[in-house]
Amino acid sequence: MSRHAHRLERGGRIDRSRPLDFEFDGRRYEGFAGDTLASALLANGVRIVGRSLKLHRPRGLIGAWSEEPNAIVQLGEGETTVPDLKATQVELTEGLVARSVNCWPSARADVFAFLGIFAPLMPAGFYYKTFKWPSWRWFEPAIRRAAGLGVAPTRPDPDRYEERHEHCDVLVVGGGPAGLAAALAATRAGVRVVLVDDRPVLGGALQWEEKLIDSRPALEWVAEAERELRAASHTRVLTRTSAFGCYDHRLVALSERVAPQSRLPIRERLWHVRAAQVVLATGAIERPLVFPENDVPGIMLASAAMSYAAQYAVRPGTRTALLTSTDFAYQAAKALQARGIEIAAVVDTRADPGEVAADARRAGFAVLAGYGPRRVHGARAVRALEVARLAGGAPAHTEQSPLRIECDLVCVSGGWTPTVHLFSQARGALRYDAQRAALVPAAGPKGLQCAGAAAGNFALRECLTDGFAAGRQAAKAAGARADAGVAPMAQPERCAVAPFWSAPHADRRKAWVDLQNDVTRADLALAVRENLRSVEHLKRYTTTGMALDQGKTSNMNALGILAELTQVPIPEIGTTTFRPPYDPVTLGALAGRRIGALYHPLRRTPLERQHAALGAVFEDFGAWRRPAWYAAAGRGRQECIRAEKRAARGAVSVFDGSPLGKIEVRGEDAALFLDRMYYNSMRTLAVGRIRYGIMLSEHGVIIDDGVCMRLAEDHFLVSTTGGAAERIFSGFEEWLQCEWPQLRVLVTNVTCAWGNIAVAGPRARELLALLSTDIDLDPGAFPHLAVRCGRLEGVPVRIARVGFTGELSFELNVPAGYTAALWELLLARGASSGVRPIGVEALQELRTEKGYLHVGTDTDGRTLPADIGMGDILARKSEDFVGRRSLMRAEAQRPDRLQFVGLAADDPATLLPVGAHVLADPQTRRGSHGYVTSSCMSEALGRSVALGLVQAGRRRLGEPVEIYCDGRLSSAHIVSPHWYDPKGERLHA
Amino acid sequence: MLRIPCPWCGPRDEPEFRWGGEVPVLRPGPPEAVCAAAWAEYLFMRENPKGWVRERWVHACGCRQWFVVIRNTVTHEIRATAPLGEPLPEIGP
Repeated sequence: MSRHAHRLERGGRIDRSRPLDFEFDGRRYEGFAGDTLASALLANGVRIVGRSLKLHRPRGLIGAWSEEPNAIVQLGEGETTVPDLKATQVELTEGLVARSVNCWPSARADVFAFLGIFAPLMPAGFYYKTFKWPSWRWFEPAIRRAAGLGVAPTRPDPDRYEERHEHCDVLVVGGGPAGLAAALAATRAGVRVVLVDDRPVLGGALQWEEKLIDSRPALEWVAEAERELRAASHTRVLTRTSAFGCYDHRLVALSERVAPQSRLPIRERLWHVRAAQVVLATGAIERPLVFPENDVPGIMLASAAMSYAAQYAVRPGTRTALLTSTDFAYQAAKALQARGIEIAAVVDTRADPGEVAADARRAGFAVLAGYGPRRVHGARAVRALEVARLAGGAPAHTEQSPLRIECDLVCVSGGWTPTVHLFSQARGALRYDAQRAALVPAAGPKGLQCAGAAAGNFALRECLTDGFAAGRQAAKAAGARADAGVAPMAQPERCAVAPFWSAPHADRRKAWVDLQNDVTRADLALAVRENLRSVEHLKRYTTTGMALDQGKTSNMNALGILAELTQVPIPEIGTTTFRPPYDPVTLGALAGRRIGALYHPLRRTPLERQHAALGAVFEDFGAWRRPAWYAAAGRGRQECIRAEKRAARGAVSVFDGSPLGKIEVRGEDAALFLDRMYYNSMRTLAVGRIRYGIMLSEHGVIIDDGVCMRLAEDHFLVSTTGGAAERIFSGFEEWLQCEWPQLRVLVTNVTCAWGNIAVAGPRARELLALLSTDIDLDPGAFPHLAVRCGRLEGVPVRIARVGFTGELSFELNVPAGYTAALWELLLARGASSGVRPIGVEALQELRTEKGYLHVGTDTDGRTLPADIGMGDILARKSEDFVGRRSLMRAEAQRPDRLQFVGLAADDPATLLPVGAHVLADPQTRRGSHGYVTSSCMSEALGRSVALGLVQAGRRRLGEPVEIYCDGRLSSAHIVSPHWYDPKGERLHA
Repeated sequence: MLRIPCPWCGPRDEPEFRWGGEVPVLRPGPPEAVCAAAWAEYLFMRENPKGWVRERWVHACGCRQWFVVIRNTVTHEIRATAPLGEPLPEIGP
């Protein structure tokens, strides 16, 4: 076949001086700049562009844009490949490589075509009925290979995607006549306008319907409108941009194809547009007709045939029959004839189409009124259309009928379906308009309206006046004062339709409703016979409308057929729910820049560089990136952690505690407020002293623990666990603002303002004494659980005698900017004392052997204060606090609750796995009495240690238990959690 | 995504806010005087109406102030917002 064999001599918005080479299914072709992949294939005489999902039937182009169900391609190769694009929407570029999906080796010669023989065995629900035994999972891989679509790239996408936010007064979706008129009206009224269209050029159907606007060729009007809109500084025009989702309060999501037409190094751009007013001028999509063998390549929507001929100068066929139930087909017949395509006949299912048919006959067209389709001749391409006179709705046999019309193209036109997807996504209601045979918008949410064909106004004249009025009204509602002027005008035209939902067919030839998912009229009938009468059930059972095209050409026909089959009128059947996206969106566009290091914001401590220089191995703990341990050359992880622990127990260690939450609470009611926030009493805390406390939810459950320091009568510093600072702080705010607004308290989260270094170990005081400070470090003057403010090396410091290791410990809090200097000073001065930095891993093991619990690790979402041995405080505190009433519940008093204890493996070398269960009945290995929460090998004790939550644990100290994990049993005893230094003598050193 | 008019900062997108549930919810007390049913009512029971609801939100990524919103749970329309303790229109049927 020679290149451009089906290209028209003249016309089209293509650039014949710029030929482009491309490849489809391994063969090379040539198209022109301005072509889509689909139009270029058609110009090259490629008629089979895809295979159907289930039966692998050869399929040709039906549509010319996003409605196309058949021409699904995999674009490009390697890491930038994109699966499942519609060839009708792919703009041709030099060297483009595309491959049809769901077939091998090509759509033309597909080895799976034999599946068509089994068509009678594969009705609706075939998969559910056939592959349920023994399990769908057995069959799934093979079925997915035979009935899959495109393939995802296996390597990371190297391209860049961008995200933008936009605010405007009026957003107009759709750049056809109605949308352009709306955008013009709003722009002239002086408000901020965004006009968006998913095609590369504005004009919509005016690109192929040759009509007059204001007595000039419509495309001249389009060009002038575009110039005016682009020149206006307050209006933004976005083409190649699909508005795919419409959300609450008029948030509309757009996906813009930037590459390859732009030189910007961006592939796609995701827009979040928040508009005061939205005008949906999204147009309408033509419906095919449902009749036997209506999937043979060469059967095409009349509007698509017009688009190929006028926009791309491609002849979709040489001789065509038009099959219709609308007035629109007569326009199409004239337009196609003008492009040199022979019109065999206009077959109209309406017995009396009226004037439109009379006009056509006068113009020399053969019109067969009251005829319907019987079948199509040809398997891989249309050879002829067989029609018959309709009697009582069915094709009858008479002397003239059936008639065989020789043709290589059948243009179908079953009426228009308004594109109401976005309107419906935003919860706009739809109403069936019998005269237009369409679901049209009814009541919508505030500030959202449809205009033009999307509102059911299919004639150009009404599109223009309706669009202009919508733009004017939207601008006014958004506060515009200026006048928009006069609406553009066009000639009246005939748009009558009498729906012909399907040709009742006596024979067994298949009549397709959903071409992409291979759903036939018989499948719908079977589903109805099986009593799946709800449209939502019908959709899921037959999968009609559930393919990539989301039923753009099939949903309305399916609805009409369901109404016929069930004898229920369409308005009572209702529709399925429209959901975003209107057209598929790439995951790259949705992810945008939120990938890799930008996936979520990372919190870094002021000492990150120092840690890195010391060989720290970083891990993410909550939002914080912290040193897990410090690597030393030639030593493994465990060995390094052991050395860190030895330094803390035997000499002195430094630990970066900067992520520790720090909340300042000030004001005359600060003590009263904290007394209500903590389970423990805080009013009795003396100035300069520290108290360990736990905080509860209103359900009595422990949500955080930490120390509370009283710096002055009216000034407290609350410390929280690293990950909880934000949560506890906003909790404080909520209680203060919503429950006790009369309390005079100010809370401030100062977590990041202060660095924190914990100096811990028997030689901690010795190390601090090497630094100059005005604080008396003598244990008599500065005991355990005291806090002192002063200066350290001239820098303001808050020193707290608290820690998480169980050793003599000082937490040094300095303004964050001084943390690094202090850290380096401590390491330098402490060299002779054997100072060593320790990471989170060592600290966790030190606190485990000390028996300090970690909220969220050693407690769960049910743990109450009494469960961790702090029940006695309740009796001593008389005031109310958050969660108090919940501790009085019977459930909270049960003696068999899970309680915090130690678990000692009988074999000291056995490490009890975290999560292992304490068996309720070791004989049957059934039931759980709790589980291991923390576990490690203790250097100091020379054995394994573990903590856990065990049913009635404290009553059962000394009792032997069996611990179960992954089929293995370990014998252990319940012990006190305080493994190391149970009397706490080392803390008080 | 809702557009919520913060009484202090003006209209902002929903991700800047956090939802705090229906109001008013009165915290009963003192604890010794509260029966189990009343406490359960306070902790768990809400109207959850289909239609207009009065609820509190906090402008977490803005001024950090809690305020009251009158919102329709069906249409997500927001009729009014006001600082805590300030009068709001009654919510009708």
